[in-house]
Amino acid sequence: MEQPIYGLAVRGVRKHFYRNKRTNDKQRIHQKIRQILKPEKEIVRAVNDISLEVNIGEIYGILGANGSGKSTLIRLISTLLTPDAGSIQVFGDDVVTDSLKVRRVMNRVSVEASFFKRLSSAENLIYAARLYGIPAAAAERKAKQILERLGFDADRMNEEMEHLSRGMQQKVAVARALLTAPMLLLLDEPTTGLDPKSKRDVQAFIEEIRQERNAVILLTTHDMVEAERLCDKIAIIDEGKFIAEGTVAELIANTPSQNGTPATLEDVFIALTGKAITEEA
Amino acid sequence: MFNLVRETVVSYAFIERNFNLVKRYLSWEILFFSYSIVNALTIGLIMVGRGSSQDVLYLVLGALIWGFLSIMMREVSDAITWERWEGTIEYTFMAPIYRITHLVGSCLFAILYGLLRTGLVLAIMPFFFGEHIDLGNANWLTMSVTVLISSLSFIGIGLMAAIFPLLSPEKGQAATGIIQSVLLLVSGIYYEIEVLPEWLQPISKVSPATYTLRSIRASVLDNASIESQMGNLLLLFVIGVLLIPFGFWVFHLGEKYAKRVGRLKRSG
Repeated sequence: MEQPIYGLAVRGVRKHFYRNKRTNDKQRIHQKIRQILKPEKEIVRAVNDISLEVNIGEIYGILGANGSGKSTLIRLISTLLTPDAGSIQVFGDDVVTDSLKVRRVMNRVSVEASFFKRLSSAENLIYAARLYGIPAAAAERKAKQILERLGFDADRMNEEMEHLSRGMQQKVAVARALLTAPMLLLLDEPTTGLDPKSKRDVQAFIEEIRQERNAVILLTTHDMVEAERLCDKIAIIDEGKFIAEGTVAELIANTPSQNGTPATLEDVFIALTGKAITEEA
Repeated sequence: MFNLVRETVVSYAFIERNFNLVKRYLSWEILFFSYSIVNALTIGLIMVGRGSSQDVLYLVLGALIWGFLSIMMREVSDAITWERWEGTIEYTFMAPIYRITHLVGSCLFAILYGLLRTGLVLAIMPFFFGEHIDLGNANWLTMSVTVLISSLSFIGIGLMAAIFPLLSPEKGQAATGIIQSVLLLVSGIYYEIEVLPEWLQPISKVSPATYTLRSIRASVLDNASIESQMGNLLLLFVIGVLLIPFGFWVFHLGEKYAKRVGRLKRSG
């Protein structure tokens, strides 16, 4: 039977890395030297058999602590990592075999607003837009519109990025992603570390995008309120695995209430993972 | 499908971005430029009072051409290092462009930037050396053709060197430096390769810098014509034509490895 085409379909994806083995044991000098010369490695299963499907027009949220595998999953979808196993399809195209086609319809905002810090936001945005074949004048015009909607003073577009606050830099990062009108928008903790005003501006804009066009949005976050407000469906990730998936109502309904008060999304998260959301995994 | 016009237009993004960076880091550029002048002067002055004006020019040309070829070799690799530091490499690699477009854009910038910087240093040299150097006998056409043809080889080497910072920005810069110093040693930049120990001489025969220096010196010191340098130029062209696709292939392997082991990310 033919499978339906999803905006994003991740099926049985795995990704592991090796890292130097950590030990708390006191080591003798020869063990320390051996560890430097030939470090013992341990395997880290960053993404462990993850599957998800996101329909066009949906916002799919992934909740997880630091190091739980959220960013690795985003990088796998972004074609920046190759999966060890499984497949990822964006509007029916495989991210490994049709990488160029996938990259045309996708963009990403990461937790770190990575830019050439000494270039202005206009210069950074024009550079990014040119890579997608958008001429400089059109890019500048569109960037101005997006930034103004995000509450960014467009007069500061010619200031060097390093002079802008973290919140402003993140708004430029959102503008960079939206300049290319992506059909799949990957938002990797886009509001982490932002002041409340910038956070609200970015969240409101994500809602606007959902209403305006039928994009597929994958949002990873630490913020329960943000997840509840924006996401149609949420998955909880822990140690590279999805341990729960559903709408907010479904997740809450499956968690017993505490002291007679209804459970919150945070209660769900703690009940399932045994850790607070900000805790290092 | 590969659209040549579109990809050429897109490659301009890298040229524009890099010139914007040059503009923003102007104080550093002035410093590098001053260093190039001082370096050429220091080396040229060794021969003032000891040898003929030809001898002074021999050394100055070595310093200038080595400066130009170093820019060719380092610029692509430095662009990757820079992108790794800033964390923008992930966005560049996510963009819907062929890697060849990305690298050709960086190479074109390297050629333009190298020509500009070396040309300016060359123009300044007579003010310092006065009658000790004489450029009146130079065959500028032969020199320009040699510079352009030799750029191909150095871009090829640069592409290969660029995988080092792709895998590790810190160690990568050091590795690029090692390649550069080996070429400096074996290519007869400041001396004839015959003075090298015999076991090193075969390496100098495969270094494109050896032939570049020979032809440029012949054109500037002896007014050599293109025809007289045809053997060297052809050899340089062949080395370039072989090294560029080989460089792309090596870079492609490096990119595949980086995506497999997760070397592109800065953090997070």
